Amino acid sequence: METAPAYHLILEGILILWIIRLLFSKTYKLPETYKLTEKEKEDLIEEWQPEPLVPPVSKEHPAITYDVVTGPPSHKIIINGKECVNFASFNFLGLLDNERVKEKALASLKKYGVGTCGPRGFYGTFDVHLELESRLAAFMKTEEAIIYSYGFATIASAIPAYSKRGDIIFVDEAACFSIQKGLQASRSFIKYFKHNDMEDLERLLKEQELEDQKNPRKARVTRKFIVVEGLYMNTSDVCPLPDLVKLKYKYKVRIFLEESLSFGVLGEHGKGVTEHFGVNMDDIDLISANMENAVASIGGFCCGRSFVIDHQRLSGQGYCFSASLPPMLAAAAIEALNIMEEDPDIFTVLRKKCEHVYSALQGIPSLKVVGVSFAPALHLQLERGSGSRVTDLQRLRSVVDYCLDRNVALTVARYLEKEERFLPPPRLQA
Amino acid sequence: MKKSSPQSGVHPRQNKQESFEQPPMYVAVMTYVGYGLVTLFGYFRDFLRAVGLEKCHVAQEREEQKDFTPLYQDFENFYTRNLYMRVRDNWNRPICSLPGPVFDLMERVSDDYNWTFRFTGKSIPNVINMGSYNYLGFAENNADFLKSVADRLQRYGAAVCSTRQETGNLSLHEELEQLVAEFLGVESSMTFGMGFATNSMNIPALVGKGCLIISDELNHTSLILGARLSGATIRVFKHNNMCSLEKMLKEAVCSGQPRTRRPWRKILIMVEGIYSMEGSVVRLPEIIALKEKYKAYLYLDEAHSIGAVGPTGRGVTELFNVNPGDVDVMMGTFTKSFGAAGGYIAGKKELVDYLRSQSHSAVYASAMSPAITEQIIRAIKCITGKDGSTEGIRRIRQLAENTRYFRARLKEMGFIIYGGDESPVVPLLLYMPAKVVAFAREMLARKIGVVVVGFPATPITEARARFCVSAAHTRDMLNQVLHHLNEVGDNLCLKFSRRKHPSRPDPCEETNS
Repeated sequence: METAPAYHLILEGILILWIIRLLFSKTYKLPETYKLTEKEKEDLIEEWQPEPLVPPVSKEHPAITYDVVTGPPSHKIIINGKECVNFASFNFLGLLDNERVKEKALASLKKYGVGTCGPRGFYGTFDVHLELESRLAAFMKTEEAIIYSYGFATIASAIPAYSKRGDIIFVDEAACFSIQKGLQASRSFIKYFKHNDMEDLERLLKEQELEDQKNPRKARVTRKFIVVEGLYMNTSDVCPLPDLVKLKYKYKVRIFLEESLSFGVLGEHGKGVTEHFGVNMDDIDLISANMENAVASIGGFCCGRSFVIDHQRLSGQGYCFSASLPPMLAAAAIEALNIMEEDPDIFTVLRKKCEHVYSALQGIPSLKVVGVSFAPALHLQLERGSGSRVTDLQRLRSVVDYCLDRNVALTVARYLEKEERFLPPPRLQA
Repeated sequence: MKKSSPQSGVHPRQNKQESFEQPPMYVAVMTYVGYGLVTLFGYFRDFLRAVGLEKCHVAQEREEQKDFTPLYQDFENFYTRNLYMRVRDNWNRPICSLPGPVFDLMERVSDDYNWTFRFTGKSIPNVINMGSYNYLGFAENNADFLKSVADRLQRYGAAVCSTRQETGNLSLHEELEQLVAEFLGVESSMTFGMGFATNSMNIPALVGKGCLIISDELNHTSLILGARLSGATIRVFKHNNMCSLEKMLKEAVCSGQPRTRRPWRKILIMVEGIYSMEGSVVRLPEIIALKEKYKAYLYLDEAHSIGAVGPTGRGVTELFNVNPGDVDVMMGTFTKSFGAAGGYIAGKKELVDYLRSQSHSAVYASAMSPAITEQIIRAIKCITGKDGSTEGIRRIRQLAENTRYFRARLKEMGFIIYGGDESPVVPLLLYMPAKVVAFAREMLARKIGVVVVGFPATPITEARARFCVSAAHTRDMLNQVLHHLNEVGDNLCLKFSRRKHPSRPDPCEETNS
């Protein structure tokens, strides 16, 4: 073996010493100029003043004093002591004080008590719930239906169950507040199109298609949805459903239809806007409605194909983490459905009355009627606003008071001014 | 392994009672092995389905829509398809009677391993109910008790068909809110139609961008959803750990908002009274001390604790002898102890007035049904004794006694249970996935209905069965349940506790020492 040359050994020795030094030397720290001393921290804690938990609300704010209703809110309603004809509740089919509905609810109360004491997953599923779900599915001629215990939570839980971060939702500007909350909870990209304007929607869809072609891999996993309402709460008109279905197949987007106002109102048998236009039920991916309007109960439901609806049983937050609907309200809803099925004439009667009221309200000086003629909920708007929302609201409130004095109950439509995305102008709701 | 607690002003009873014992090491290992095996099987079955050897039961997309973007990603549903489906007969069990201390279950069978169920038409009568949230036994259908509710239903109908701000504000609602405020000892309160929605619709009204929410690790989904919808920054502190909370508060006040360093507009601490999965009770006096020091606001969600703890059922504020005015926002639900539905928020008059005008629920969601309102009124009158009877106090005492007895016997048998001794929510740890399922099915065969929870509602190694003790349970029922638990525990080797417990401790001695 050759002995290594001397310089080689010395070099290696120096390298080893260098490594040892590096291993044991202290790490180099940047001088910590941002670390606070304990005294400074305590000073900061003392100085900091948070805002008050709630800002003070002036006593004249219209929303603090509610009108007090004594007695049942049926066709005649006692507001603030005066008995009036009720033009302000959403009791479209008059089922609120129907004797049959009340009887069934009473029978259910005697059998099941009041509350369910549990969510659906933990012994909160009653046979009435299962019956209501199958009846709703049969009524709407879909495969399956799922019930929620509160109308607001229905669409607000359904949207985030399917649409996640990165997906795209096209929604009408006039969408109601619960849809907006559902969109917010889903964290997807939201694209608004002008109210009932199919050209605007098509323009947005075309833009999206161009983007997709640039990035096909991403497009293959991005889900796209259109969310519309059957009868809009904020403007009382109907969405153009056949055009939407054409757009659906052309651009491959799914449709979620919110039918809170149109369920039990539109269509020959009250099945909603799909029956009104004669659209095939299978073309709509999800129909969601609440039972607090025509059906005169509490809660909401979604119906559609099992492929779509079954997913909500594990991922609908308002379904899994909340107590189920009290059985007497479910029984009331079943009986209401029975009445709707037995007697389809009530829908024609309702429609006639709506048209009558609509034509009677035309031509009132300085108030214009917003909405289609067969909508059961109309808006009366000031023709010329004064420019200030507060004065407009005060004027409308005086109109309401005037009507109350003459025993007709109307109400100012309520909106949360700071939260709505597209705030509708002040109006009355009838 | 007991939890450590800081020295400041701690209620002397607290230290002794919360315990979160860790299991022996082999249990954790076997749990992971169990999940691993099931996952491997899952992949294998997916492969068989893809190849066509196994029939695919999963619902399919429409033919016309096959070229749309798929609605669900394959891996999102992996857990549902392969793990949940096989054992899902333990959840969503339908009942056909009232959810009292005993109930009737509908018998359902499956011919294809739980993909579809079929009802035989028969029912399983008199199953002891250890799963419903019926703490004070108000889930009852006694005609006398329910007379006023039936009257209201007859008079008002089932619902209101309008929002609170429009024509939905009945005089009945105002009466209820008055009663709730008196009951809790605060200035005023406001009620809502759904407990879940109470949180998700009111937290955004209280905090917004530029505010900080510090919430407990194990908070309920409704609190988390409300916090996310509000737009505020959210930070999470370790469950019931006051050191973690203090550190976070100090850091928040000193450093301010993340990038701009501006001071926070408000800081809101969100905690629950009793945590439904752990059974642990919040450390209220310590949190209030911290809140005063750092000028934060406290949001207390008493969904499970209102009516269920405290000498007169007024919740954790009474349990710890704290002034209810110290808690800024008291929230609770009526579903559990009052046997109805809905929620409330209570506090100072300014807070409630603000919510009356700004809450999403008051403006857009329908008001509470009149019959349900009457039930809550009746329940509160019963608890406070306003209806002239001592039924309320009797139920509260019965609940406390049942809770103590049940917990003491379980500990003595050698099970690991979590939570404080006053909490009527008793989680019994099972750990391994197969045992969870076997436990639930075995208890049903012995006519006891239990609730089991596993991943993802709990951490992966801590699957458990959760018992809810009720004032309506008699000593005999509890003894029957305990007897069967003993047998099943021996058969399935569930007694993991390594602590020595004196046999038959007197429940009174434990709490007074």
